[in-house]
Amino acid sequence: MSTPQPTLRDRAWSAAAAVPDPELPMLTIAELGILRGVELVDRFVEVTITPTYSGCPAMAAIALDIERALHEAGIENTRIRLVLAPAWTTDWLTDEARAKLARNGIAPPGARGSNCLFDNTPVPCPRCESNATERIAEFGATACKSIWRCTACREPFDHFKCH
Amino acid sequence: MATTSIAVVDDRLFAAVLARADDALILGHRLSEWCGHAPMLEEDLALANIALDLIGQARLLYEYAATIENAGHTEDDYAYRRDPHQFRNILLVEQPNGDFAHTIIRQYLYSAFAHAFWQAMTSSADAALAAIAAKSVPESAYHLRHAAEWTIRLGDGTEESHRRAQDALDALFPYTGEMFAIPETETDLIVGGILADPATIRPAWTASLDRILAEAGLAKPQSTWMQSGGRRGRHSEHLGHLLAEMQILPRSYPGAIW
Repeated sequence: MSTPQPTLRDRAWSAAAAVPDPELPMLTIAELGILRGVELVDRFVEVTITPTYSGCPAMAAIALDIERALHEAGIENTRIRLVLAPAWTTDWLTDEARAKLARNGIAPPGARGSNCLFDNTPVPCPRCESNATERIAEFGATACKSIWRCTACREPFDHFKCH
Repeated sequence: MATTSIAVVDDRLFAAVLARADDALILGHRLSEWCGHAPMLEEDLALANIALDLIGQARLLYEYAATIENAGHTEDDYAYRRDPHQFRNILLVEQPNGDFAHTIIRQYLYSAFAHAFWQAMTSSADAALAAIAAKSVPESAYHLRHAAEWTIRLGDGTEESHRRAQDALDALFPYTGEMFAIPETETDLIVGGILADPATIRPAWTASLDRILAEAGLAKPQSTWMQSGGRRGRHSEHLGHLLAEMQILPRSYPGAIW
């Protein structure tokens, strides 16, 4: 009994799904929810992606990385399609992605809807899990992160903002 | 050699989309002027990140405008190859940064409107606009939170910060009328459910102002006289200077890539 060969579409999905995010390299674009689909359209392998933020400067780099990964997997005739709907939110992050963020010292986003002023929803420290943390700055190294510090273990850390 | 300006089609939906793109681009550019100059590093990052979001929203809107116009123009053509009178942004967003209080109050007045506007636009009859709106809502939510928190800190801070915030509010408030005015060319789009009716947005904007200004200890200006003209291409002198700086490179070196 022979194992069925993976289809072109499946091979393309595997290659695209394994592409790391350029700004959060511990996550793949599939785990991050940026990769929306891989289809065969008019002899093209069409990869559909969605931006996290409207102005995300990484989208061009991600598109190039996907094309390179597909070519390295021996897949030619590729094209990238950008879609906006349904809009990306942090709800698209898989549980595995959240666990990976925490393991890498980045507090994962909580539940959406906490947009109140001077928001004091606790963000647990990714190192010591204490809730005794405070926000230092609304924006950090990338648009998707804010900077926090833990008053228990005294370590500063990044928080992947709820969006 | 200088690149010539482009002419754009006369179409109502196209003009409405272009106007919203211009709002986002011009405000985004203004905020980017703080890059490297903000009062502290955290605010430098914050203002640059908000600028990036706004320019991102502008790009989505320009791309959609290009598909409506179908004249082979790109987002760069709209941004770099139109003259001041061809821009349709409201006058508020082109006002100079001034001091930090002016920047924050301008940002707050706009964000309180933009958040309510994009929320209403998620149910637009135009699927492309509804998708751009859905993308913009969460971004405008934290733009609003950032500006509102700073409005409260400045208004309720020191005597100096309070005075500066009140001066900024008094100076910029007359530019808020344009957000709710309906150009004659947009009435059909509102009736058709493509554009949100500003009358339905005003209550949320007013409620936000009443709450935030009260908490900040700032007095809402009583004057009802409002500036207008941006949506018709009649701008303050500030836009020409802004565009000169923004457009100099692509106009001087057509097709330059970096």
